[in-house]
Parts: sequence; structure tokens; C-alpha cells
Amino acid sequence: MMEGMFAFAVGLLTAAGIFLILRQRTFPIVVGITMLSYAVNLFLFSSGRLTTNGAAILGQSEGYADPLPQALVLTAIVIGFAMTAFVVILAMRARADLGNDHVDGRVPAEDEKDSGLTGRRKVL
Amino acid sequence: MAHLPILPILIPLLTALLLLLPPLTTSLLRQRLASCIGMGITLLVSILLLQTSLDGTQIYALGDWQPPFGIVLWADPMATLLVTLCTILAFATLLSSVGGHDKGGMFFHPLFQFQIVGINGAFLTGDLFNLFVFFEILLIASYALLIHGGGKEKTQAGFHYVTLNLLGSAFFLFALGIIYGTLGTLNMADLAYKASQIHADDQQLARTGVFLLLVVFGLKAAILPLHFWLSRTYGAAVAPIAALFAIMTKVGIYSLYRVHIMIFGDHAGDLANLVIPWLWPLALLTLAFGAIGALAARRLRDLTSWLVVVSVGTLLFSIAMNRVDATATGLYYLIHSTLISGALYLLSDLIATQRGQAADRFVSARPLGQNALLGALFVICALTVVGMPPLSGFVGKLGLMQVADGLERLWFWPVLLIGGLLSIIALSRAGTTIFWRVRGNKPGNEPVCRWQLSGVIILIVLSPLMVIFGESILQLSYQAASALHAPPAPLTEMLSPATGGQN
Repeated sequence: MMEGMFAFAVGLLTAAGIFLILRQRTFPIVVGITMLSYAVNLFLFSSGRLTTNGAAILGQSEGYADPLPQALVLTAIVIGFAMTAFVVILAMRARADLGNDHVDGRVPAEDEKDSGLTGRRKVL
Repeated sequence: MAHLPILPILIPLLTALLLLLPPLTTSLLRQRLASCIGMGITLLVSILLLQTSLDGTQIYALGDWQPPFGIVLWADPMATLLVTLCTILAFATLLSSVGGHDKGGMFFHPLFQFQIVGINGAFLTGDLFNLFVFFEILLIASYALLIHGGGKEKTQAGFHYVTLNLLGSAFFLFALGIIYGTLGTLNMADLAYKASQIHADDQQLARTGVFLLLVVFGLKAAILPLHFWLSRTYGAAVAPIAALFAIMTKVGIYSLYRVHIMIFGDHAGDLANLVIPWLWPLALLTLAFGAIGALAARRLRDLTSWLVVVSVGTLLFSIAMNRVDATATGLYYLIHSTLISGALYLLSDLIATQRGQAADRFVSARPLGQNALLGALFVICALTVVGMPPLSGFVGKLGLMQVADGLERLWFWPVLLIGGLLSIIALSRAGTTIFWRVRGNKPGNEPVCRWQLSGVIILIVLSPLMVIFGESILQLSYQAASALHAPPAPLTEMLSPATGGQN
């Protein structure tokens, strides 16, 4: 049961992350990357098998949890955090430099007609 | 010198930190001086390390924590050879950046050193998770270096590059999780030994992990269809950075050698050579696509980027052949192609400055001020990169063609030769347009910057040197390749002093 729930959560986060990364604007992409990194961290954590009441320190509990995946997750979280911070700054810089938040740096013509937003943004 | 293996990582790291501190960070002159001195010391140390590693693989346990739990540096001939290559390239590009490109932002020199930390670390590490960490170090430095100097084109290319690589890192972590979960270790030598003992239930899962690693390294190495970022990214970066990035695709190729030949190679039992059959068509398509891209390029910089893709395709063939001699000649070709693509990036910048508005686009423009000098350098570069005798490209390509046997020749020869022909056509078209199709008689009168020129010349001179000392370089790469293909031994055996291991 626990494994099933866990696997479902990882799968859902991955699916949502990939869906968002495939969007056209930079903000959903940043959110997508964050979700994907959550999924990755959970997944890494599970690579040491899921246990309840298992401490990673000898002599503290009856069953033991593998400490290595926990160390790996910690490293991955730190790195992922730094990378997310960087991509946020880069996305803001791209918005300032290019005048829009489209991933290609320019909004395709048909989108511009549909939303009507970009024209106003340019004026602003 | 028990600590020698870690010095190529530690020295650039310390240099970078010193560069951020007051006495150095306040003046550009002092920064340049310190950066060059630091790089010089790194170069000396890596040559020293290369020499010692030839007598036996140096195993360095960080903090003296014993593997497989502690992290090790694994300085075998292949790793040290590539570390030396990286520092030589870095030294030449650093010299050329002193010519003025380092003025575009405050932290050019520290970032440059961090980049070297990451690349050297990725080559030296003996732990798969540590490889991920060093990948991230080199990537985050490269993100910042890529947008160094600023401008729309760089930001735009930068966002794509960063997003793609973050996605790649996520896949890398998924693969590592799977591999740790099924094999119970991440130490490379330990993995190579344990891969054959995998439990039958875990096999399918482990296969997924191995293929995910192919995707990750394929993205780094710009293998078709994951190569689209390359020409735009390298085209946007300033010249010394683009030249340094020439080794980044090779980091991907190195990891493919390491993971798919050393760990999941011939000796991996049920997981043996999983990706090798896939590499044949991928190599063929990458090479063909690179050659077509080279024909379609409109700037010298883009042309060089496509030639990098061609070299990646050629190297993939050497992995796909999966034999000691193929790996050895592949290593020779890897060294050659890294140095020469670096030289071409630097040269294209020199040409672009002398042509004024037209830059390095293939249009008729004012004649170059130093037509003879730059023209001669361009011809040498072009001859080397397409593999005409008597330069190093010829030796590399001929070697690769010789080691292909039987049916492999049917795949490899026509693609390599036609790819070479297309590259010649593209380069001769580029050369005639830039140097001969001139408009007006007033040449640009500013002479080329001496520092930039020295960087190009160092890289170009290495090509004939690689032919003159070809015998010893090939011997070296044979030694590296045979260590890579050797059947794995249990870790305890490798760590005992009898086999030459040290810690």
C-alpha cells in the first residue's frame, strides 16, 4: 500500500513536471522543473527501499534504513535548489532582455492575435 | 605525492576562491595574472599525474573513507589523459580571453576556474553520483559563462541550454536511483564487478537505468536527435568560451566510454553491451546530420559547431565498435578534434573582428587586414579538421578506418568519407567567401590581438606535434583503452597494494 501510494506520487509529479516543461512560457517551465526535481528526490529516496521506523544510525532501532540514498537526496536537493534559483533569475532576465516571456524569445504571430496581451505588454 | 590525484581539482578551486578575494578581485590585471598562473600550475600537475598514472592506476579515497562507501578518485590513464587535454585547451583559451573577452563581466576568471574544476572532476571521479555532482559544477559554471557579456542572443540561447540540462540532470538522477536500487553501489569499479551478478527480477529495471544514462550522456555529447541546442549555444557564447565548450561534448563521450564500455560492457553478464546495437544507427545519423548541417551553415562559428557534431558522430562509431583498438584510436581522434575545434572557434573570432560588420557570416565584405596570416591559419585548421594528410586529423581518421573490420566497414567507411567530403566542400566555400570574395579595397587596419593569436597558434601547433609524437600518444591511448576494457576485479583486490593501487 505504502509503495503504491509512493509510486503514484512520484509518477504524478513527473507527469505534471514534464507537461509543464513542454509549455511555451518560461514561468510554467520553471514550475515544471521544480516539480520534476521533487519527483526525482522522492524517487532517489525510495532507491534504498521504503521502511517505517527504521533509523539510519546503528543501535537506534530494530530495522535499519539505508543511509546512502538519504545522503544522495540531500545533495540532490541542494543542487536542485541552486539550479532553480539560477533558472528563475535567467527567466526574469530573459523577460527583461527580450520583452516577453516566450521560450523562443518571440511570440508566434497567431498567439499574439488570440491573447491580445502581448501588444499591451510591449507598450508597458 | 599521495595527494596528486586531487590536485587538478583542488588547484583551480583554490585559484577561483582567491580570485574572489579583495587583493585580486579589484584589479583586472592581477586577476589575469593569478588566473594564468593557477592554470599553469594545474597544467604541470596534470602532466605529472598523467606520468604517474602510467605506472598504475592511482586510487585516491577522499577523507580516507574506504570505497564502496567512501568516494574515490580514479586516476587511470584515460582520466588523466583527458584531464591533461582539458587543461591544455583551457590554458590556450585563457590566454586568448586575456585579449579582451574577459572584460565583459566581473567574474569571468573565477567562473572559468570553476568550469575547469567541474570538467577535471568529471574525468577523475570514480563514483557515479560524484560524476553527477561534477556535471552540475561544470554546468552551473557554463550557464554563467555562456551569458557572459550579455545580449539578447545569449540570454535566449542560455535559457534553452539551462532548461535542457536541468531536464538531463533529472534523468541522470532517475538513472542513478535505479542503478543504486538494483545493484546496491555507485562506485564505478564496484558496479563493473557487480553488474554481472544482478538478480533476475531486477534486470528489467536496471536496463531502464542503463538506457536512461544513454539519454543523459547523449544530451551532453549532442548525439542525434539531442543535438539541436549545440549550434545555437556555441554560436552565442564569446569565442574563448565556445572554444572551451569544445571539451564539454567530449565529457559526454567520455562518460559513454566509462559507463557503457567499462561498467556495462563485455563483462556485465545479462546487462552486457545493451546500448551498443543502438549506437551504430545513432553514430551514422549524427555524422550524416553534422555534415549536412555544415553545408547549410551561414557563419564560420555555426560551421565549426556542426563539425563538432561530425566529430561526435565519428567518436560514437569508435564506441560502437567496442574493442580495445577502436577505443584507443577513438581517444586519439578525441584529443585531435577537441584541440582543433577549439582553434577554429578562436580563429573565427579573429576573422570576425577584422571583417567589421559582416563578422564571420558568409557574405562578401571588406578584405581582411592580415589576409595572409589568417588565411594560412584557416587553411591549416581546415586541413586538420577534415583529416587531410599530413596533419593529426588524417592519422585519427585513418586509424579509425583501419580498426573497423568486416561488415563494420560497410557502415563506417562510406559515411565517414562522404561526411569528410561534405566538410571539405563546406570549408572551402567558407574560405573562398571570407578571404577572396571581397568588396571594396579598404581593408580593416586594426591588427589582430597578440594574446588571441597566441591561443590559436598554441592549439594549431599541437596538431603537427600529435603526428610527430603519434607513436607515443597512440601507445598511451592503447594503455588507457586496455585499462578500460580489462575484466573487472573485486574492489578489495584493486585496493590492495599488490595491484598497484594506492590511496
